[in-house]
Amino acid sequence: MPDADDAREGIHEPGRAEGASDAAMSELAAAVVAKFPGAVFHESHGQPVVYVDRASWHDVAVHLRDVEQCTSCLDVTVVDHLSDAGRLVVDGVAPERFEVVANYLSHARNRRLRVICEVPEHEPAISSLSDVYPGTNFAEREAYDLFGITFEGHSDLTRILMPDDWVGHPLRKDDHPSRVPVTFKEDPTPR
Amino acid sequence: MSSVRDEQRLEGQTDEGAQVLQRETREIVMTGGLWPDDSDTTIINMGPQHPSTHGVLRVMLELEGETVLRLKPVIGYLHTGMEKTAEELTYVQGATNVTRMDYASPLSNELVFSLAVERLLDIEVPPRAVWIRMMLVELNRAASHLLFQATNGMDIGALSMMIYGWREREMTLRLLEMFTGLRMNNNFIRPGGVAADLPDGWEEETLSTLDAIERGTRDYAEVLTENPIWMERLVGVGVITTEQALALSASGPILRSTGFPWDLRKAQPYLAYDEVDFDVVYTSNGDCYDRYLIRLNEILESVKIVRQCIERMPAGDYRIQDRKVTPPPRARIDESMEALIHHFKLFTEGFKVPPGETYVAIESPRGEIGCYLVSDGTGKPVRLHIRGPSFYNLQTTAAMAEGTLVADTVAIISSVDPILGEVDR
Repeated sequence: MPDADDAREGIHEPGRAEGASDAAMSELAAAVVAKFPGAVFHESHGQPVVYVDRASWHDVAVHLRDVEQCTSCLDVTVVDHLSDAGRLVVDGVAPERFEVVANYLSHARNRRLRVICEVPEHEPAISSLSDVYPGTNFAEREAYDLFGITFEGHSDLTRILMPDDWVGHPLRKDDHPSRVPVTFKEDPTPR
Repeated sequence: MSSVRDEQRLEGQTDEGAQVLQRETREIVMTGGLWPDDSDTTIINMGPQHPSTHGVLRVMLELEGETVLRLKPVIGYLHTGMEKTAEELTYVQGATNVTRMDYASPLSNELVFSLAVERLLDIEVPPRAVWIRMMLVELNRAASHLLFQATNGMDIGALSMMIYGWREREMTLRLLEMFTGLRMNNNFIRPGGVAADLPDGWEEETLSTLDAIERGTRDYAEVLTENPIWMERLVGVGVITTEQALALSASGPILRSTGFPWDLRKAQPYLAYDEVDFDVVYTSNGDCYDRYLIRLNEILESVKIVRQCIERMPAGDYRIQDRKVTPPPRARIDESMEALIHHFKLFTEGFKVPPGETYVAIESPRGEIGCYLVSDGTGKPVRLHIRGPSFYNLQTTAAMAEGTLVADTVAIISSVDPILGEVDR
């Protein structure tokens, strides 16, 4: 094992996420809201969340990477709100069927930020972040595969978990598992 | 595949038919009808049935001679729709589902799910539950890294490691069985606390297992760490830089092997990790050897944490006494109508979680495991998404394998330590 490098050890100094003040926690969010006029800040159980529109989705990622030291985009996923009984409604955000969610982490500042974008049912498309954060490549393929959201500019937007010839997007709420008939080899009648 | 062996076997045979067959086989191979003549590169398909792919990973390799030009992981062979299943299960049943994702460290999955549910419910579990959780997760981390030592050794060719690593892991699993009732897929950490209190005599059992783990880890170090063949095979193989790892959203031992000491247990402490003493293990070369060293030494750090858990295990309740979340004790059901109703409601409908969304992340043995949970106020989640560390870490194999020899891809895949159950979910 190499000797402890004090400078590297120092990475852990600035940040206890739990102990940091609210203002410090949401400083990333505040920067995004100040830079992008349509962005809406929301605090979700102590975590900063910013709702942005589709036009600024990609620019927010570039801004977070280049200016705000967000080193990683840890996760991109989608939520289908087709059949919610009671949905969380945030002031200033027009709800749509799909929500694309990106989780950013700044290792240098030890801050997290969640960016959410509403995507309508009739046009399920959003720009890809994979040119800004290459790590989102698989995540966007998964979101495309399971929800049918098109990520524009993605280099290889193919199915990743389902078979290539699969029809439909299984995690959509209107894609019910029983749609796929179960047939047994020895059984003369299909079920 | 079999042509070389067949040739040797058939040599000297007088059977005319066999010899004709042999000649024909050789002709087909030598004319090279399988590849287009104008192409200098070869596409090799490795897996999904390959002993070094840890189950069902398929890897497409483009080779020029023996050099890897491109590597592409192909996944989905273990996709069982667990995130879809989660939408059909109540929050009480949810832990049973998520525990099967990363089957080498099931308790991390349960923990991240339970923490997410608890955050949406806005409840805090008693201190004893926190410490039991921490102890079990660390034992599980040790078990997972012991499994890595076994499979990594086997992949590289140190076949005795397969037996040694499995032996110590089995001891750890036996201890977990004593605590939880099951070796794997424990479903022990649940929203509201843990399923049961610690059994009688747990301290002695745990201490003796920890001694065995330490003894075993010392043995591995003796067998492997300074072993010239082992070093020849791993040092400088599959190198990745910090910048690459961060851009590819890698975490865990892969990120730490590049000289970046990022560990959520220290950086963003959860449970009681800020109260125990342990070190973040990291190295600076970013190669397969470093990732082996990190996992080996993390076993010892986990042992250190578990020892502190034994010493400082607080007294008190092991789960929250909120009847909306925790079922009443069996004895109460006989004497209290309320308890019976709570029991019945909890196991049929589950409990309701207020509308909201949250993302909770913890450090699993493989890196940051996150749970993105969306609730609409009913008893079942609208969306449960697990950010599997292996899913993202697998992307780094492409960067690591570029320009290396084809024989090193096995070492590279092994050093990422992917668990395909979590990759495909």
